[in-house]
Amino acid sequence: MAAITTDRLTKVYPGGVRALDEIDLTVEDGEFFALLGPSGCGKTTLLRTVAGLEESSGGALRIGDVDVTRTPPGSRDVAMVFQDYALFPHMTVAENVAYPLRIKKVARAKRTEKAAATAGELGLSDYLERRPGQLSGGQQQRVALARAMACHPSVFLFDEPLSNLDARMRLEARTFLKRLQRELGVTTVFVTHDQAEALALADRIAVMESGRIRQLGTPSEVFRRPANTFVASFIGSTPMNLLDGVVRQRGIEVAGELLPTPPEPAGRLVDGEKVVYGIRPEYLLHSPTAVPGSLAGEVRVVENLGHAQLVTLEGPAGFVQLVVDEDTPVALGDRGFAVPRQDRALVYRDGELVTSGDPTGLATAGASGTA
Amino acid sequence: MTPPPAHSPDHAPGAVPTASDAAPVAVAAAPAGPPPDAEHRRREAQRAAGRAGARKAVAGIGFYTFVSLVLAFFSLPLLWLAVAPFDANPGLSASLPEFTLQNFRVLWDNPYAMRSLGNSVILAGGTGLLVVAFAALAAYALSRVRLPGRDMLLYVLLLLSSIVTGTAAMVPLFNLATELRLIDSQLGVILVLSGGLLPSAIFILKDFMDGTPRSYEESARVFGASPFQIMRDIVVPVVRPGLATIGVWSVAQVWGNFLIPFLLLRSPDQYPAAVVMYTFYTEGGQANLALISTFSLLYSVPVILMFLFVSSRYGFRFHGGIKR
Ligand SMILES: Nc1ncnc2c1ncn2[C@@H]1O[C@H](COP(=O)(O)OP(=O)(O)OP(=O)(O)O)[C@@H](O)[C@H]1O
Ligand SMILES: [Mg+2]
Repeated sequence: MAAITTDRLTKVYPGGVRALDEIDLTVEDGEFFALLGPSGCGKTTLLRTVAGLEESSGGALRIGDVDVTRTPPGSRDVAMVFQDYALFPHMTVAENVAYPLRIKKVARAKRTEKAAATAGELGLSDYLERRPGQLSGGQQQRVALARAMACHPSVFLFDEPLSNLDARMRLEARTFLKRLQRELGVTTVFVTHDQAEALALADRIAVMESGRIRQLGTPSEVFRRPANTFVASFIGSTPMNLLDGVVRQRGIEVAGELLPTPPEPAGRLVDGEKVVYGIRPEYLLHSPTAVPGSLAGEVRVVENLGHAQLVTLEGPAGFVQLVVDEDTPVALGDRGFAVPRQDRALVYRDGELVTSGDPTGLATAGASGTA
Repeated sequence: MTPPPAHSPDHAPGAVPTASDAAPVAVAAAPAGPPPDAEHRRREAQRAAGRAGARKAVAGIGFYTFVSLVLAFFSLPLLWLAVAPFDANPGLSASLPEFTLQNFRVLWDNPYAMRSLGNSVILAGGTGLLVVAFAALAAYALSRVRLPGRDMLLYVLLLLSSIVTGTAAMVPLFNLATELRLIDSQLGVILVLSGGLLPSAIFILKDFMDGTPRSYEESARVFGASPFQIMRDIVVPVVRPGLATIGVWSVAQVWGNFLIPFLLLRSPDQYPAAVVMYTFYTEGGQANLALISTFSLLYSVPVILMFLFVSSRYGFRFHGGIKR
């Protein structure tokens, strides 16, 4: 078990792509840590650099108390599960799981026994003699996990291990993975571009954009208080409404409508400055009649979310999305009003969250990418 | 697989198309006119189907006759090869033999015949091993390491390889072997043949290597496997069908090669079978058909056995896990 610390870790690929740009990050011992971000932001590169499959171009990397920046992958005491699982097609499940032990020169009888035990823990006892090609996607994923577990590493690295599974299997595997990680208590870094997965699984999340960490925090911090407009628009199953506004004496003016200033940044705003008013669709209440301090618009799209409906209004402020519960009738072309929950609204200045400067400094620390 | 069309060679032999097969076509093709009564229409359709069926049957018979002729053309020499060695007086036609094993006896006593088969095994085996070993290493490296001009290099090599073992390079090859004191040495033949076969082997194997996901090796590397262990445990087993293909192909190439051993070997007791084959004459200076046919049979058996062995043991196929 070990923590992972990166110190201005940088990776520049030949050809000049700066895939990692001075990443400072600490993954605590035993933590389930998710790396989240859009495609091409450098998640896989960071993971592979931690594993040692890519050599860093600058900065340092420590696992536990050891500086492993120049250590070859085999000596870092990490195990990696690849997106395609990378099970060896010519070996049986038992041989696959035993392979790390074979490399470590464990005697044959001992490693067979250990592999069988590990595979048994993951419910693979019936498949020991099969080859990976004869297993379902979910079973293959468990074999890959078993193989990673077999060598008792101090760090697990997962690169989108659930993305090859269908939606239902993915939910099951997610729960399974979380339970397994709790039981083993191994430091785990998990790459995903599915924000729901990251929110559900991780103790902490790092949201990345083009080689930088844009926010670092617990799932609820990241979800409730995105540190910048990038994270705000990336996190959440429905993206946050980000509306241009101007600070006034008694509120924030958005498209001619005066919305109440949220309590948190209240003291830190200057009259007349331009800001972005952010509010999640879930925190907008629907009203069929005009209410002061609301955003008006005409219903353009109604999307059924099952338990609720996502309504898009078009009004002077542009498009505004809000979630309306399933019992409220909303028809296309109706006029509707969206009333923000004042305590959930956020204000961004120059793309960064305006905070009350609270002593925990969570949002500010996340914004600068340090833990 | 879609069912073969009626006239494809996959069609079961002797299966004559039946009237019911053709009926719908015939109905569709019936001339349009005042609607005839149902009975008449049915009979009309039957007759049309009969005509179409007859046409198909004739076409079928013609087709199979043609195929039989082609088959006969190619199988007669093979038949001769199977029969002539057991014939006391073989001619150039395949005929029921006067059964005898005398030809084998004579061959057995010939000082060069049996030894030449051994020499062939040495040359083919040696070249096969060299080609497989070096092609595997080179193809792996070329597939995994980015070299500027890598593809160009491969194509140029491929182009040159046909020259190395070809007639055009006979004189320089002979000179080179003389300088290196590799004349009349089986090692020399093995080296020259390997050089000629390697580019194609590398080219074919590189394709197999390219098709093997890198994540296999990376995964093994993270577990701490050394490059040699990765090669032995992962790469070689995964591309084994490719290695088997290359091995069999090189052995077959060497087994049938006449020019290079004829050029580089001096003493008859070093000659491989392909060269010795040309030395069987009767006292009168005529080709000794009895010996040639018998030797040819012995000469082909090892290659056939090798094919059977390799395809049953390694199988020219892929493991299930590789998705392409
Ligand atoms: N071997 C390479 N050579 C050059 N550039 C690379 C290489 N691998 C990745 N890159 C570049 O580095 C950047 C980060 O890639 P990376 O694979 O880390 O993205 P990612 O966040 O994992 O994306 P995804 O979610 O699509 O997997 C991308 O711009 C990519 O084009
Ligand atoms: Mg990736």
